[in-house]
Amino acid sequence: MSDTPNAGTYVAPKARSLFEPHRLFLMAVAAALLFCIAWFMRWDWLPRYQERLIYGIGQTLLMLFSTAIIGFLFAVPLGLVQVTGPKPLAWAARGFCTLIRGTPLLLQLWLLYYGLGSLFAQYPEIRSSFLWPYLRQAWPYGFAALMISFAAYEGEVMRGAFAGVPRGELEAARAYGMGRFTLFRRIWLPRAIHRALPTLTGETVLQLKSTPLVATVTVVDVYAIISRVRQETFLTYEPLLLLALIYLCLTGMLVYAFKLLENRIPTRGV
Amino acid sequence: MDATLKLLSLWSPGWGGVLLTGLLHSLQVAFGGYLLGLVIGTGGAAGKLWGGPILRDLLEVYTTVVRGVPELVLILILYYAGTDAVNQLTALVGLPSIDISGLAAGIFVIGVVQGAYSTEVLRGAILSVPAGQLEAARAYGMSPLLSLRRITLPAMLPYALPGLSNLWMIATKDTALLAVVGFAELTLVTRQAAGTTKAYMTFFLAAGALYLAVTLISNLLIALLEKRARRGLTRQGDAS
Repeated sequence: MSDTPNAGTYVAPKARSLFEPHRLFLMAVAAALLFCIAWFMRWDWLPRYQERLIYGIGQTLLMLFSTAIIGFLFAVPLGLVQVTGPKPLAWAARGFCTLIRGTPLLLQLWLLYYGLGSLFAQYPEIRSSFLWPYLRQAWPYGFAALMISFAAYEGEVMRGAFAGVPRGELEAARAYGMGRFTLFRRIWLPRAIHRALPTLTGETVLQLKSTPLVATVTVVDVYAIISRVRQETFLTYEPLLLLALIYLCLTGMLVYAFKLLENRIPTRGV
Repeated sequence: MDATLKLLSLWSPGWGGVLLTGLLHSLQVAFGGYLLGLVIGTGGAAGKLWGGPILRDLLEVYTTVVRGVPELVLILILYYAGTDAVNQLTALVGLPSIDISGLAAGIFVIGVVQGAYSTEVLRGAILSVPAGQLEAARAYGMSPLLSLRRITLPAMLPYALPGLSNLWMIATKDTALLAVVGFAELTLVTRQAAGTTKAYMTFFLAAGALYLAVTLISNLLIALLEKRARRGLTRQGDAS
């Protein structure tokens, strides 16, 4: 501990090489473990489900990115009105964020799917409208629940980001004679998004980890495919291990992609 | 309105009592899992900071895997693997296989998941204790264990509390995932009640209100706790 030079700031330990003796040993153990898993467990079902698995991964990613992007679009006004909006709007936005962040996503999803779904079915106007073919399916509810959740969590982040843009910059913009809208478009929003970017990686990974919940309302994603494999092959562990591996890889790729993105946009010292 | 009240009534034709029992189960699992997570997290943080290279790498694998795989998947794996492992163990010793209660399995699962997160929270908090305080403790002749108990742990508390309170919120909400493995916690009994009575909106909104109440009450208590832990610190808490 005494080699921590500056209290309060964490100095990462020296990046150590992958090829230290103990790491080589650990990697050998891991390889042996992997070999045992591959050799002694049953994987003959894999080719049969390959196409469906790839389709499922696609659906998971589609769900992730569509909900994250649209959720983010909702998060910006949610954050903004909490910082600068009129009092009732600010309270409403804060209440919405607290409500969504204070209840489990699974409950929200089931509320939308079972609750709203059964409510919609009672109204002939909705049943005969052009939306009904969509509302009868499961994915709009899954999409809505995930999007609302992302909007609420990211809205809280955006609130902090908007509030954290230095006053001086906004005053300078006003001194330049910018109108409220120009100021928002040119200074406040870009600076706030800039500040929120580092947290975006974590939020997106969290969102990825929430997507399997939609399988509980019969949306077909990679988790649902694996559940079907488990039902059809009566295997307990193999499909689940593969699923964990798939999610680990997806998380890793997400983190890596965001790292590349962050390197392109300098966020240090913001 | 009257029908709704009847549905939510605490006694037998109503489902209010069932919901409250579910809430109790949820809270038990959340609390037990959170405590187990804290124990794992303390050990994990100590191992990551002061452990040997192999232990450190293993802990890194643990936290990375838990943080990279959805809780739902982890819960499924640990739920089956955990109960399986215990049964194999009892078979090995020659005891008859025991039926593991959903409560114990749930606490184990939530604890393992929480442990990874609290490892990171506690590690960060321990690192942000000013080094001068530890050096002072060493200068006083305190042994490492004594300075851990008297200086590091109390001094890191204000830094750890925001993260730890966040984890408590996550723990209360993660218990809902146990519905998927059939543990009768609040979300599952709500769905059962809703499915039986067809009053979906009523029950899901009622359960939402219960969860929200837990969150808001926890928020109040945490605010009090933080105020107490921060007494004597500068306003922003960055005493460095």
